[in-house]
Amino acid sequence: MFLKNKKQINKRFLSYSLAINEAVYQMMSKNKSVFVIGQGVKSPWYVGNTCRDLLKKFGPKMVMDTPISENVTTGVGIGAGMVNMKPIVIFPRMDFMMYALDPIINEAANWHYMFGGKANADVVIRAIINRGGEQGAQHSQALQSLFTHIPGLKVVMPATAYDAKGLMISAIRDPNPVIYIDDRWLYDVKDHVPQKIYSVPIGKGAIRKIGKDITIVAISYMVKEALIAAAELRKQKIDAEIIDLRSAWPIDIPLIIKSVKKTGRLLITEAAWSSGSISSEINSQIARQSFKYLKAPIERLCLPDCPAPVSKILEQAYYLTSKDVIKKVKNILNYV
Amino acid sequence: MTKSKYSKSFLLKLYQQMLEIRLFEESLIEPILSGEIKTPCHLYTGEEAVAVGVCAALNKKDYAFGNHRSHGHYLAKGGDLKALMSEIFGKSTGCSRGRGGSMHIIDKKAGFLGATPIIAGTVPLAVGTALALKIKKKNRLTVTFFGDGATAEGVISEAFNFSALHKLPILFICENNLYATHMPITESLANPKIYLQPKTYGIKSVRADGNDVIKVFETAKKMITQIKKHKGPAFIEFLTYRMRGHVGPDDNIQGTHTDIRKSREIEVWKKRDPIKKMEKFLIKNKFLDQSKIKKNYQKINKKIEQAKTFSRHSPYPKKNELLKYVFKK
Ligand SMILES: Cc1ncc(C[n+]2csc(CCOP(=O)(O)OP(=O)(O)O)c2C)c(N)n1
Repeated sequence: MFLKNKKQINKRFLSYSLAINEAVYQMMSKNKSVFVIGQGVKSPWYVGNTCRDLLKKFGPKMVMDTPISENVTTGVGIGAGMVNMKPIVIFPRMDFMMYALDPIINEAANWHYMFGGKANADVVIRAIINRGGEQGAQHSQALQSLFTHIPGLKVVMPATAYDAKGLMISAIRDPNPVIYIDDRWLYDVKDHVPQKIYSVPIGKGAIRKIGKDITIVAISYMVKEALIAAAELRKQKIDAEIIDLRSAWPIDIPLIIKSVKKTGRLLITEAAWSSGSISSEINSQIARQSFKYLKAPIERLCLPDCPAPVSKILEQAYYLTSKDVIKKVKNILNYV
Repeated sequence: MTKSKYSKSFLLKLYQQMLEIRLFEESLIEPILSGEIKTPCHLYTGEEAVAVGVCAALNKKDYAFGNHRSHGHYLAKGGDLKALMSEIFGKSTGCSRGRGGSMHIIDKKAGFLGATPIIAGTVPLAVGTALALKIKKKNRLTVTFFGDGATAEGVISEAFNFSALHKLPILFICENNLYATHMPITESLANPKIYLQPKTYGIKSVRADGNDVIKVFETAKKMITQIKKHKGPAFIEFLTYRMRGHVGPDDNIQGTHTDIRKSREIEVWKKRDPIKKMEKFLIKNKFLDQSKIKKNYQKINKKIEQAKTFSRHSPYPKKNELLKYVFKK
């Protein structure tokens, strides 16, 4: 059974990118400390519309476009957050964030702990995954697992427009450094997004489809592909349960255990590399905590451990689709 | 430019190299618009004099590094044209074997050690090759090309300090085309006189016209002499202008023309087209006439068309070779 609200027809639909935009717009209107800083926020492209109208409404002091200086820009955001501002630092592409790892990892992530809880790094760092289109190695990376590795950082990865808005609001309200990761491949996805300000809890996953044969934990973009796969599998009498992880850190392990207790099988899928990743973390925790319920080994469906290629033939082989999910699910079900 | 102190063949070579880059870049526009080429292409149209003038001042064995807008640097350094075209078409005959696309290109044989699109990413690597040249006592140097926008990255200052401290044979070339994507330079640099930046490190640094290939050549020559004499880095800021969009033929985003540059400004710079300028000069010196110009265009266009045909007929990399090249075997 697919979970759908019957009343949805009368409700407002909004795209994922505009849901992010609305969250930021509403939070900036409500709280005069919230500001955005990053490359491209005033470009005619408005970071894929996620920054639309912000400059017009709040002006260049609160919507600050920056030089190509990721390191200082991120530090500046974190610093402002230490004295009662609420920055949203924006990276139009996650690959550009590597110059900013020092302020994020050494400073922001450690800040609260190393000062014995006397201070905190109150910042949202928004990173965009922008892959495909023959962009190649330095313009395609999904590096969320770098951040889930670090204690002190929260990491959210919405897969629906509803969550894109709700998690942005939660990230802004959270006093800790939150890495908010959105995916360009989801920007046109539309679903029900209430007009009001609402939050989606950080650290809680969501069941997108109830099923009994296998649990599929999908992260960000792969939720969409997993749902397509589930619909196809249902025609073949395979009933998959789909969990949208929503937060990559903290991970909602109890929700996954509950599901695996019922299905006895687990597939984790993520459009990023598998080695040393969020997926491997889930794999390890479930293997230990749900060992007695498992009817088959836990499987992962992730990108091959290889930089993003360019040539379209290689791109096709590299990126994942619902077909790959279906194949993997069948493999797991055939395990004896 | 008045009467020339250079040989006809040298001047014609500069002209033809610029023209080759121009026609190469412009030949990509149709396939970009039709969707045949997907890899993002940051075209070099308008800036040809910088790459050609600088590379003419180098020795073949000198090294060069580029950035996201590097078709011109690659070709001027002597990179294989067919292999570049094939790379842009994503074919196995490409200079990066279809793994890199327009933004990740290399021709080691030509001393072009790599161009990548992370802003300023290759600059410290270039410093490293200069360090190696110094340790190995080679009488050579490295040139690194980057944009005005790149000078806002911290690593550029680090590279200035490091290379000056260790007196490394490196030539920094900043192509100041006045914009970094949608940002005019005045909004991204506190002091838009970029050539002043390296001076505090004691680096010899000048600003020059980047649309006059002879001036570019002479400035580069002069600075290379400085590098050899003082055994330390040098920096040149070339003022130039891109005649196309930031990426692709124009900045057409979401169906609307969004080039934020004033059309008056674009018109002024069009009049400073480095190729037109050189053409005029050569005609004046009777090194070139209309029929020769036409023949040049035809000859180069033919070479480019052949490269395209070669690329179109080249095979794609094989699916089962996806993981090839993750490690050197
Ligand atoms: C680290 C990093 N940050 C941001 C970008 C996005 N980006 C690509 S090109 C560019 C502008 C570069 O401007 P400039 O250095 O002046 O070179 P130009 O494009 O004008 O030749 C930007 C910001 C990037 N590629 N890498």
